[in-house]
Amino acid sequence: MTAIESNDTAFSAARATSAQSGRRSARFWRTGAVAAALWLGSAAVIEFWPEIIPAPYGRELAILSVLIAALLVLVLTTGFLLGKTAIWVRYYGPWFAVAAVGLGIWEMLTAKLAVLPVPFFSSPQGILEVYIDDWARLGESVLHSVLLLAKGYFFGAVVGFTTGVTIGWSRAAGYWVHPILRLIGPLPATAWLPLSFFIFPSSGSASVFLIALATAFPVTILTWSGIASVNRDYYDIARTLGASRWFLIFKVAIPAALPHVFVGLFMGLGTSFAVLVVAEMLGVKAGLGWYLQWAQGWAAYANMYAALIVMALMCSSLITILFRIRDRVLSWQKGLVRW
Amino acid sequence: MVALAPSDFRTPPNLTGVQVNIGAVSHQFELEGAPLPVLDRVSFAVEPGQFVALLGPSGCGKSTLLRLLAGLDHPTSGSLRVDGEEIGDPDPSRILVFQDPTLFPWRTVWENVALGLEAQGIIRTGGDRVDAALRLVGLDGFEKAYPHQLSGGMAQRVALARALVNDPRLLLLDEPLGKLDSLTRLTMQAELVALWQKAGMTAILVTHDVEEALFLTQRVLVFGPRPAQIVADIPVDLPYPRHRGDPRLGELRRVALQHLGLAATW
Repeated sequence: MTAIESNDTAFSAARATSAQSGRRSARFWRTGAVAAALWLGSAAVIEFWPEIIPAPYGRELAILSVLIAALLVLVLTTGFLLGKTAIWVRYYGPWFAVAAVGLGIWEMLTAKLAVLPVPFFSSPQGILEVYIDDWARLGESVLHSVLLLAKGYFFGAVVGFTTGVTIGWSRAAGYWVHPILRLIGPLPATAWLPLSFFIFPSSGSASVFLIALATAFPVTILTWSGIASVNRDYYDIARTLGASRWFLIFKVAIPAALPHVFVGLFMGLGTSFAVLVVAEMLGVKAGLGWYLQWAQGWAAYANMYAALIVMALMCSSLITILFRIRDRVLSWQKGLVRW
Repeated sequence: MVALAPSDFRTPPNLTGVQVNIGAVSHQFELEGAPLPVLDRVSFAVEPGQFVALLGPSGCGKSTLLRLLAGLDHPTSGSLRVDGEEIGDPDPSRILVFQDPTLFPWRTVWENVALGLEAQGIIRTGGDRVDAALRLVGLDGFEKAYPHQLSGGMAQRVALARALVNDPRLLLLDEPLGKLDSLTRLTMQAELVALWQKAGMTAILVTHDVEEALFLTQRVLVFGPRPAQIVADIPVDLPYPRHRGDPRLGELRRVALQHLGLAATW
């Protein structure tokens, strides 16, 4: 079934067609050849064009480029022998080519010609330098960020889901909770920041609270609307079949509302990222937000770029994980949106 | 081959149908503050194991009557009794099959059919009953399919299996074939009769299709427009299996249409 497949559909289609043509005859992969040449070209620019702004690790960057070129040549010559890797590399062939050109231009504008002003723009090897020399601190920051986010998101999702189910199910609960939700929900969680750092015993617990708050609101609203929009006939059917109240909530209302719940979880994850970074910049002395702040304090712009890239990868990966879970839980649905 | 005495095929006593007594049932809805009467002192009785059709124009209150019999709603006045007992809350001995199959999309075919047994907490011991119900409607082999992968006819068969697995003593059918294409519909009419004959429950079918009512059931109650009253009680004195071309069906059809005020079209 296609709905369960986690890869994106265009990619799957490309895989199917390229696997066919690959079996018949490994036609010459022209895009791959061009991309490999471009990577070699940017390696040559990095290695042989003298730098105006000297930076270490130029050689390492050039070696990395040559390795990428080598990978492309390997895929080019072995056809589809490398299986999934080959299919992936071939599908993203044009991207490989464009990335090589981008790297070359970036290298020239910064290290080689110094067109872009120096402390604010970093050369590619400048960022590579951060990863090679400061990976321990960066890694620790990622760990702190993920842990803090996990705690806040978990509590927020649990509270939001429970509240949503309760007010969706019980009219009395809805009566009392709805006005509070309307008043406080739209308030950005970061507005609570000064107050929560004052109320909570530590900046860590305050941050968990803020992230939970940011997560809980969208999860509550979407769970609630999911429960409220369940087809009434489902309840009638279940009741005639002898269902108890407990069965109606856990076996009818909640499964029927799950597609909505996942939209809420997705939105909650997005808002929780924003709160995480702000909380780390202003209160917690750890995490990627703090790293960004710290790098700015030292005017270490290369470190900032490096941390931003890591942060983007982290957020994207977390959303990917959420979507994988959703694909698994909602595999009965048709036409799921791909991530 | 072992020869079986005819009595071996008789349905076990716990599967036989119930006696239904409806006494002066009236019901009304609230519509924007004003009462909207839908049933007006309706009275009739159904013998155990009988297959009865409620025939009438759309929106005349037949479906409301089924919901009352299922225990999903309670009448404004009057009494509904099953085997002499007043109907209270919904009970798996009285199952309603809707016009839409309304399968739970997150459950496989097997899990949908198992719903009743699961709700009653007897699924652990009743798994083979689910298999049997699926065999009964000819859907063995589709256990793992999801509702969105089924055709309309298959989905409605699953809905029937979901009802039959509970061994209902009263089967309430609310235009169960109403949304099927005409060919599937004809096939499933014959299947419905076979299922009813096999299980021996009391069955009440709501329909606005005159042919369907006459072809399937033993007795047709014709309802007038809202608020519904019974305008005719037509016994269908034909043995099963019936033939659609039977001239007696044509005669009865004329009688039924006359009572519906459509005699001019015959």
